[in-house]
Amino acid sequence: MLTWYINPDNGGQGRLAESCAAASNGGYRVDVQVLPNDASQQREQLVRRLAAKDSSIDVMSLDPPFVAEFANAGFLRPFDAGDAAAFTDGVLKGPLTTAYWKDQLVAAPFWANTQLLWYRKSVVQAAGVDPNRAGFTWDDMIKAAEGQHRVIGVQANRYEGYMVWINALVVSAGGEIVGNVEAGKDATPEIASPAGDAAARIIGGLARSAAAPPAMPNAGEEESRSTFQGDTGGFMVNWPYVYSAAKEDVTGGGIAQSVVDDIGWARYPRVTADQPSRPPLGGINLAVGNYTTHPAEAVALVKCVTSLPNNIAYMVDAGNPAARGAAYDDPKVREAFPMADVIRQSINDAGPRPITPYYNDVSTSVQLTWHPPGEVEAPATPKETATFMSDVLQGKRLL
Amino acid sequence: MAVMVEAPAPATAEVTDRARRERRMGLMLSAPAFVVMVFVTAYPLIYAVVLSLYNYRLTDPAGKEFVGLGNYATVLTDPVWWTDFSTTLLITVFSVAVELVLGFAFAFVMYRILRGRSLVRTAILVPYGIITVVSAYIWRFAFQLDSGFVNQWFGLGDYNFFGNRWSSLFVIVLSEIWKTTPFISLLLLAGLVQVPEELQEAARVDGATAWQRLKRVTLPNMKAAIMVALLFRTLDAWRIFDNPFIMTVGANKTETLSFLAYRQNVTLVNLGAGSAVSVLLFLTVVVIAFIFVKGFRTDLSQVRGDR
Repeated sequence: MLTWYINPDNGGQGRLAESCAAASNGGYRVDVQVLPNDASQQREQLVRRLAAKDSSIDVMSLDPPFVAEFANAGFLRPFDAGDAAAFTDGVLKGPLTTAYWKDQLVAAPFWANTQLLWYRKSVVQAAGVDPNRAGFTWDDMIKAAEGQHRVIGVQANRYEGYMVWINALVVSAGGEIVGNVEAGKDATPEIASPAGDAAARIIGGLARSAAAPPAMPNAGEEESRSTFQGDTGGFMVNWPYVYSAAKEDVTGGGIAQSVVDDIGWARYPRVTADQPSRPPLGGINLAVGNYTTHPAEAVALVKCVTSLPNNIAYMVDAGNPAARGAAYDDPKVREAFPMADVIRQSINDAGPRPITPYYNDVSTSVQLTWHPPGEVEAPATPKETATFMSDVLQGKRLL
Repeated sequence: MAVMVEAPAPATAEVTDRARRERRMGLMLSAPAFVVMVFVTAYPLIYAVVLSLYNYRLTDPAGKEFVGLGNYATVLTDPVWWTDFSTTLLITVFSVAVELVLGFAFAFVMYRILRGRSLVRTAILVPYGIITVVSAYIWRFAFQLDSGFVNQWFGLGDYNFFGNRWSSLFVIVLSEIWKTTPFISLLLLAGLVQVPEELQEAARVDGATAWQRLKRVTLPNMKAAIMVALLFRTLDAWRIFDNPFIMTVGANKTETLSFLAYRQNVTLVNLGAGSAVSVLLFLTVVVIAFIFVKGFRTDLSQVRGDR
């Protein structure tokens, strides 16, 4: 009997567990344990159990930013070189980068997520811009929104979603938030750089502009979605779930069908016109607990769950984008996701959040110093972040 | 009149023998409890002190490094610690002060009431029977913008109680008071019962007013009970965790010292700094207990049920 700790979903992972157990011909049975809703609470529970060497954790669904921390602590069982090929073959570049720690494959990309730029077709038409044109930047978007008296939905509440945005801007500008990550707490903050300044200029500039939604400093995914679907909505950066959610809102009577018909999508906007954007990356990796007493069966389960057919099945069933590129060619997937090609390209080119065992500290340092967005200034804010982050990593400041 | 108990005369030879046997017996009886205490209290305490001397992340075992008292210096010079300290102090002072006054009032009611005594006592004690986490949720839901009825009742419109520091603290303190006033009134009632009725009568015969009887007879005779009630409640309030955790998750500077310790140790698995915070929290608790015992000049070991 294997225990698989999953993040809550619509039951799709549970169904995969059943079908994999059935396909194993008695090789293993799977008991699915659901972790808390919130990603940081999922991490807390897993860390607590793994620190106590809990052997009941055979397989776990892990948020990519936590992979480095868990692997560094010795909580994850690295995959053999022989198995590695099965877990990496055909996997898009974005999720692949989050599966390694110190050149060892410690996790298997299962599904991946990314953000797109969502726009109202009527607004971009009136503004005379084309978000699908190569070279469409944040500045173009802010100018277009201002011109049409519309707002841009972003996630700028003091939480992980804000870090997702800041990181996407910094890496899209060709920089990184923190470098030399393998040095652990001696990693060097790189955010005080031209890329960090560019990100600060966009965030502070948008927050102080007419294109900022009134509740921008408290906005998460859902708040930006409802702003975007409202009368003032023009643009939004958000995960692909917003499209099916909008369709559900029509069924529920919340919005008119014309709103959904007016929604268009494009790749995440650029920071500089000459450099392709690196969209945010989310998703779930599967890892095998280091204290499991059934490593072979656990690896077999991971292999089954992350296989291409199951990637496709899960994408259609749960609505979460696959980690393997070939899944997007499947007719069922293309039908459910009319924007499948943009999602695949975005996931492939996505820029992951910093891969460091101190991710929590890095992310919280950024969130604390960049909030509220209206007070973000270049170069003051990135500079402050770099000092604060370095002090926090070195244990000279409390978070 | 109070019966004065004569202290035992200086030990004679035969009494010493008996006393020694009794003492040995006492030691043997308490030894198992002592051993258990050492295991469950002293060991974690010492381990926390040792950990606090390291820069140590549970998830970065290779980065473990001895820093001596460095963590204490970091904690004590950090604004986060002092903000949390002042928040904890505010909550403690306000809740305990109000609880003491209310607790007295309830204790008098429970003491003096003749009819429906058990009903009143039960009614007063109900909030104390509710688990703190549950009461925290009750208060959060009552004051929250979307689900709350408080704004509607008092015509406060869209006032967001959990939107800034002072209103959040107001709700937290209010729920603390609601929850633990019964506890303090119960302890005070126990003290009130112990005040000899003869003393009250004698004072009344001598022409003392109600205020004078309260000040000169009742309160002095309740000193030990008041101290126990205050000490218990102060320490309890000082270690407050549930209410801010449920209501605000520490936002708007409502984080308390226990919350800080929890966050460092559990969320950030930063065992070095976290242990330093825990040890400092423990020291503040010792200081509070010391101040109370010294301030009230009451020797608890002398407080017996012989009056």
